[in-house]
Amino acid sequence: MSRPTLFALQVLVAVVCIVLWQVLSTVPVFGKILLPPFFFSNPFDVFSQIVKWFASGVIWKHLGITLAESILAFVIGSAGGVLIGFWFARQPLVAAVFDPYVKMVNALPRVVLAPIFALWLGLGIWSKVALGVTLVFFIVFFNVYQGVKEVSRTVLDNGRMLGMSERQLMQHVYWPSALSWMFSSLHTSVGFAVVGAVVGEYLGSAAGLGYLIQQAEGVFDVAGVFAGMFVLSAFVILIDYGVTLVERRLLVWRPTASDGRG
Amino acid sequence: MTTPTAVALEDAKVAFRLGDGRVYTAVEKAHLAVAQGEFVAIVGPTGCGKSTLLNVAAGLLKPAAGSVKIFDRPLAGLNREAGYLFQADALFPWKTALDNVAIGLEIKGTPRSEALPQARKWLTSVGLGAFANRYPHMLSGGQRKRVALAQVLIRDPKILLMDEPFGPLDAQTRQVMGNLLLDLWNADRKAVLFVTHDLEEAIALADRVVIMSAGPSSRIIGDWRVSLPRPRDIFEVRLDKEFHALHREIWSVLKDEVMKGYAQSTHAAEAV
Repeated sequence: MSRPTLFALQVLVAVVCIVLWQVLSTVPVFGKILLPPFFFSNPFDVFSQIVKWFASGVIWKHLGITLAESILAFVIGSAGGVLIGFWFARQPLVAAVFDPYVKMVNALPRVVLAPIFALWLGLGIWSKVALGVTLVFFIVFFNVYQGVKEVSRTVLDNGRMLGMSERQLMQHVYWPSALSWMFSSLHTSVGFAVVGAVVGEYLGSAAGLGYLIQQAEGVFDVAGVFAGMFVLSAFVILIDYGVTLVERRLLVWRPTASDGRG
Repeated sequence: MTTPTAVALEDAKVAFRLGDGRVYTAVEKAHLAVAQGEFVAIVGPTGCGKSTLLNVAAGLLKPAAGSVKIFDRPLAGLNREAGYLFQADALFPWKTALDNVAIGLEIKGTPRSEALPQARKWLTSVGLGAFANRYPHMLSGGQRKRVALAQVLIRDPKILLMDEPFGPLDAQTRQVMGNLLLDLWNADRKAVLFVTHDLEEAIALADRVVIMSAGPSSRIIGDWRVSLPRPRDIFEVRLDKEFHALHREIWSVLKDEVMKGYAQSTHAAEAV
């Protein structure tokens, strides 16, 4: 299928959905409105809400906060995951000792930590960052741990036979291998950083996209809830696109990076 | 004529402890000497421990008994005089062909600005001058072997250890690579220990062909000198009468071992 046809079909899906939504929420079918505006709002109201947010500029502050929280969560979580993952992989004893605890913490649904973080770190951005960190950390940690442990035996031996010292093996073999595993989970970990931020905001905050949605919900402003959701998805898609660009640049040497994702 | 011995395995025995505590003896009392400038090929049936023996010479494995001497000095740790060409892909996948070759020098502390031009020269001499910026996955199997060869040779090791290096390649590429190897080797005649299961390849390349018996506890059971004139061309040397005579002679010994090795490997599979 050619690209323009595909694009046209993709747009068609959106148009059909929106038109159906608009029609069913405004025009009665057999004397009944199938999507009562109180519960479902309608596309027009949602759209004007979004326009209002951008026109007045209030949205930028919330977007900025959510973005900052996501970035901080991603950076701190990744750094921690890389360091600990590396350490565990190189020290099997440490890994063995901590194994049950790592499994335990990872098994915990992270949302239940949100109230604790709010208590410890207040309602500002740091409680949201902490929630994001707990999500990002484990993804990066497991990937790096695996990446370092599964360095090809032959490549390692080759490094040794070429005369590499332990430090050089670290720099030329373990490190690139670990990083490549981290980057291969980039989409997931960035996604989780945003999830952590928004869920944190939703559960208690004074700013951010999650706060916006929660506020709208609190006053039964369904249009506001939907508007917040649309802005949030657009925000995540933009970030994901940015990640794809970064990934293309960093993983040129990987066969799967270019043909795996379309 | 006394040329120094580059690699000497003296009664080297290699054993592994299996998971259930038993000890598996891979190689029993191997005695093998490779003189400086000599090209020795080790041929044996699958699973006879020929790669194991090579790893002992490289210092990647410690012999359970016996000794390994490199230029008359006992080997402790890794063999620093040797370059090792692996059977599997051993290039660093995150480095370009050029960087993969240059790393051989950079490890020794050669500044990058000096290492790069030399690496370029080596890539050209293995016929990959135009592929310097490709990553390993963008190269064919044969091209990757060429890069690996350049990566090893740029360090100018005195000894070359090769573990079925052309094993994964198709028949034609193997011959081309064999000729390339002989050309490069002719330039400075390093000591070479070349492991293969292909007897024809062994005779075509080497000065001496060493045959190992089927494992476990395999031994060296034969040692033939190949006096075909050099420089050789792998395509043509195979048509030589002497080549055929030697091939027949060695194969008569090797055949039994191959059958034994095959029988053992199927038995082992049944036992598991």
